[in-house]
Amino acid sequence: MKKNSMADSENQEIVITGIAASPGICIGKAYLVDREGVNVIKKYHIPGSDIEPEKNRLRNAVVKARDELRSIIEDSPAEFRQHTGILETHVVLLEDKMLYGKTLEMIERERINAEWALKKVVSDLKRVFQDMTDPYFRERAADIVHVSDRIFRNLSGVEAVNIKAIDKRVILIATDLSPAQTSQIQLERIKGIATNGGGAASHTGIIARTLEIPAILGLRNATKIVKNDDLVILDGTSGKLIVRPAEETLLEYEERSEVYEAHRARISRSSQFPAQTLDGFTIPILGNIDLPEEIVAVRDYGGNGIGLYRTEFQYMGRIGFPTEEQLFERYRDVVEIMAPYPVTIRTLDINGDKTMPYVCDIEEPNPVLGLRAIRYCLKKPHIFKIQLRAILRAAAYGNVRIMFPMISNCDEVRAAKALLRETATSLEKDGVKFNPNIDVGIMIEVPSAAVMADVLAREVDFFSIGTNDLIQYLLAIDRSNQYVSHLYKPLHPAVIRMLKRVADEAHRNGISVYMCGEMASNPIHLPILLGLGIDELSTNPQSIPVVKNAIRSLSLEGMDQLMEQVLEKSSDMEIEHLMKEKYGHLLSSAVYTPSLG
Amino acid sequence: MSDGAEHLSREVVIVNELGLHARSAAKIAEIAQKAVSNVWILRQDHDAVDAKSIIDMLTLACTKGTRIIVRIEDASDAAVLNEIVELVDCGFGE
Repeated sequence: MKKNSMADSENQEIVITGIAASPGICIGKAYLVDREGVNVIKKYHIPGSDIEPEKNRLRNAVVKARDELRSIIEDSPAEFRQHTGILETHVVLLEDKMLYGKTLEMIERERINAEWALKKVVSDLKRVFQDMTDPYFRERAADIVHVSDRIFRNLSGVEAVNIKAIDKRVILIATDLSPAQTSQIQLERIKGIATNGGGAASHTGIIARTLEIPAILGLRNATKIVKNDDLVILDGTSGKLIVRPAEETLLEYEERSEVYEAHRARISRSSQFPAQTLDGFTIPILGNIDLPEEIVAVRDYGGNGIGLYRTEFQYMGRIGFPTEEQLFERYRDVVEIMAPYPVTIRTLDINGDKTMPYVCDIEEPNPVLGLRAIRYCLKKPHIFKIQLRAILRAAAYGNVRIMFPMISNCDEVRAAKALLRETATSLEKDGVKFNPNIDVGIMIEVPSAAVMADVLAREVDFFSIGTNDLIQYLLAIDRSNQYVSHLYKPLHPAVIRMLKRVADEAHRNGISVYMCGEMASNPIHLPILLGLGIDELSTNPQSIPVVKNAIRSLSLEGMDQLMEQVLEKSSDMEIEHLMKEKYGHLLSSAVYTPSLG
Repeated sequence: MSDGAEHLSREVVIVNELGLHARSAAKIAEIAQKAVSNVWILRQDHDAVDAKSIIDMLTLACTKGTRIIVRIEDASDAAVLNEIVELVDCGFGE
């Protein structure tokens, strides 16, 4: 990017763009969380008489590293406990022969200092793992690096950047944050987070949204551009990180930040009230969650239930599958706290960007079209049934709906329902408390399911439209591909027609139709969604107040005519113009920055 | 090799879904620590690795269906050998 001109632009404003992972604007001093000092390792010889003390230096560093990790595990707040499994593996790795033993040997044999010996051992090990074809094993190199960095820090006396010990309000800039680090974030100290790695669905992204800290991930080279104590502006809504901003930029963002906060405060004051249209119709607005912790945000923002509980995350960041008990306990927490509101649990949807290292035994050239979601679950019924048991058991504690993802034909629905019935029978036999009478629905996210909506509607209690995937598959657009992402258009006439078909067929067959995709969170789309007769909307928790607020300014009356006009249009541009002309007031640039096309 | 060689090694297939991953390797290492002498894991086309080291075992990158040989050097470690084979056989209890 601007790398070449870095020298002469030392104090110039630089804007770098990454993935907008958690909304909000913050302005403050940068705090680099990196392994400063560790990168420079000197090699020197140790005289024979000092070999034993040198080995002891390594032993002490390892003992200290072990104690540090143990105390991080113990101090982790309860909600991070499920992520500490990886740290326990790190504790064991610290004393592994191949790392610890080999380093001791090398100090002795080559008469070199502990740092250099460790560096050599680690780089040899890294090479072994990096050449592996299996992604799970390949990624173990990262574990070895994390573990050895901790030893390095203790050897060189460089204090670990202890996030917990930060004593001023800062914006964290990091290559990546480890689970050990995110579990130490303190709200009153950290204003924002920017990392080189990671994506919106990464662990760090979820934690930032849960804690409501603005965050930008996937910045690639932020740690190279930003220096410690640099003034930075982090706009987590647009994904822009502005380094060493000019005065006018600073003024502009201070103003934007105030407007944003004021608007957010205003709409969140009214967020506990129902989303009622001017002519008196109420639409339930639910929240989408990844982690059970997020239900707090859904409740705070006035959500009327959980419209999409993505269950993948409990399977990630760990080694091995979770047990039925572990799943059940988490589901029951969510269900009990949300009761009597519904909790819509989507069964396991693993895919391209959410791969679990331990199930990835096949490399797929095109994972989005591959063995994922219901396809994977039907192929591995023993894994699927564990989740179904946990869901049916949790259903005894509140209002649960179950939803199967990636349905593309009728057989899949029937097969999934048959497994659900089998699961109920086995639970009954085991004499476990459960509730078999729950609403069963499917995600409408593959175009073939939308086309078959009339037939599928006879099999289930509800449809939930996942617009992100539906639009991607319908328009053949990969949203993360920078060359075509501008063609991803929720207002494409084909999308509207397909949504209309799904909604009409659902209602004709007397079942409900919900929407849980990103389309539901953009206010400018709401008139169309009301016009289509979508029965419930589900958005990320932060958008609930915005959506409720927008609905209160609309009337159902006149929506039929609007839909007629919309369906006459021949392009997304025409529809967009029509919407802006009629409903421009819904777009408050200060709050909603359209991220789509 | 002496006549006793075959008692000192046993072949076993990794049956669990996840393969010989970090946690299952940790379980083997825990048992192997009890051995008085060395315990080796062998996989075709690979060097023998130390069953007391997780990292060493991970370098074999054994996925489900991989055939491995567990070998001990001292007959008095037969119990350790059996215990490891049983553990692998039952899919590490996963």
